[in-house]
Amino acid sequence: MNIININKQDWAKGLERLYDFYRLFGPVKQDKFHNFRELVKGELPDLNLVNTRLSAKSTVYPQSERLLEFTLDENREDHHILKETHKDYSPRAVIGIRPCDAKAFLLVKANFDTPEYKDPYWLQSYDASTFVGYACNAPCSTCFCTTAVCGPFSEQGLDLLLVDAQDHYLLKIITQKGEKLVAASGWRSTADSDTASHEIETLKRAAEEKITARISTDKLKDKKTTELFEAPFWEEVAFACINCGTCTYVCPTCWCFDIQDETLGLSGIRMRNWDSCMFPLFTLHGSGHNPRSTKMQRVRQRFMHKLKYYVDKYGDGIQCVGCGRCIRHCPVNIDIRRVCDLMNNFEA
Amino acid sequence: MQNPYLPYPVRIEEIITETEDKNLKTFKLVFLNLDDQEKFTYTPGQFAGLSVAGKGEIPIGIASSPTEKGFLMFTINKVGLVTSHIHAMKAGDIMGVRGPLGNWYPWEVMEGKNVVIIGGGFAFTTLRSSIIYILDPDNRPKFKDIHVIYGARTPGMLLYRDELARWEKRDDIHMHITVDGTDDPDWKYHIGFVPTITDQQAPPGNEETFAIICGPPIMIKFTQPVLDDLGYVHDNIIMSLEMRMKCGIGICGRCNIGKEYVCKDGPVFTLSQLNNMPKEY
Repeated sequence: MNIININKQDWAKGLERLYDFYRLFGPVKQDKFHNFRELVKGELPDLNLVNTRLSAKSTVYPQSERLLEFTLDENREDHHILKETHKDYSPRAVIGIRPCDAKAFLLVKANFDTPEYKDPYWLQSYDASTFVGYACNAPCSTCFCTTAVCGPFSEQGLDLLLVDAQDHYLLKIITQKGEKLVAASGWRSTADSDTASHEIETLKRAAEEKITARISTDKLKDKKTTELFEAPFWEEVAFACINCGTCTYVCPTCWCFDIQDETLGLSGIRMRNWDSCMFPLFTLHGSGHNPRSTKMQRVRQRFMHKLKYYVDKYGDGIQCVGCGRCIRHCPVNIDIRRVCDLMNNFEA
Repeated sequence: MQNPYLPYPVRIEEIITETEDKNLKTFKLVFLNLDDQEKFTYTPGQFAGLSVAGKGEIPIGIASSPTEKGFLMFTINKVGLVTSHIHAMKAGDIMGVRGPLGNWYPWEVMEGKNVVIIGGGFAFTTLRSSIIYILDPDNRPKFKDIHVIYGARTPGMLLYRDELARWEKRDDIHMHITVDGTDDPDWKYHIGFVPTITDQQAPPGNEETFAIICGPPIMIKFTQPVLDDLGYVHDNIIMSLEMRMKCGIGICGRCNIGKEYVCKDGPVFTLSQLNNMPKEY
């Protein structure tokens, strides 16, 4: 396994070269917090952060996205016919994505890339992306990635892993895509593999030890769905919820969307926007009937989806990477770690 | 990469107002491109996304049968933004059809069996597709006795009245048409709710008999115990569900019941399957 040693003074120079080959995305401080967005040539990702407020999912799956286009101009032969629209799927590099957010893409892929249907927008964006992960030396108190089958130095879903070793960076090459990016960057100084591996291992262990919050998920798959669904704790779990939807917007593994048409004059687009199971409109029928009309039903849906339905549907663990955003930003302190324990320990 | 969000362009060929309240209209659609028509191969019980550029897309059951060639038929209740707009459209207008979507009634499993079709209100659309399909000379020998129990509020609210009258005259299908009430002294069919008529007219249940139910939740709720009493096996009670949908392909996340997406894993489920799913529909 190749590890590159990057003098911090050479970091910017390498990124500068990448602009010739990639669209670059990275964390940028906007107002009081960091978020991912496309960087303009010459701009550097701001790596002085714990994690971004919103997850990195927008780099592949934007909050609002054009799907199709049409004209309403009846003088045109193709009026009212929905058509493909041009999208930019040229290579892009996502710099500074935390390992939790990268792992989240793998979980979400199960939804967008199915044997029957492929979501062309998500998949083309994902395939065009090279993910340069940024290992967490200083995780925060709400992080529980180590027990969510991830970790502060997890390489799952990453092409490269960047490790901040104080006076220099170590860049671990994980995939061919990663190797290609390194070649384009001009960072050449191969580190002594044994020393660098040891250095990374030490930092990794130190970071993992800082993560004390844990969840247990071992018994979820053997629970009966209908029994968990009828469990007595849901009213209490949902009691304080105000259905603001923040948990779903900040979550790297929430993928639900709405589809809407928008027009301006005689031209229009069909677009999709992130949606949320926290909103009553999400499931409201035209007739007025709503299968999830109460907030308890909606809160239950969110946790059941992440911690039971997903587990059963894909047989690949929970739909959560332990980033802790929903815990940090919930205005009423609903904690997925506690709900997970309630579910895992539930006996009907 | 095949784009599953892209509808096929179609032209409205004919519009038929079905019911006395004028709230239900049938739209006969023809494909602009023959290639698209070839690709759109469907089975009774499936639905499609109907698109109006600038307004949006809605999921609607396919009312035509694959044995009827050259067009698709949808019967649409005027409810919201898109359906209201469609109701105001005219023959010749262009719209889009995406699909076919979802699963279908289990025709292969039902071969050699009795089939009882139970429908209420405007949910009769995919059941019309099914009846046309079964009565096709190539298909009719594959099934034993066929019963249809169909109810609406009034005689004028029944869909496909000309066809109902034709089926009524045949001897290879037992029609049991009913209305909740009528002041028509010449009404010669049943009066009563669907569950009651099912109790009186449906053949007894056994391994050889299937019931397909499609209707408003209240009708389903009260018909189910009747079928239980008649001895219907839960594996043989087939239901079609409705949900608010967007993508129609199991991706956008809203139409789930437990881990199943009604748009992709359904809309057709057996009662046995539903018994093991959360009651959230």
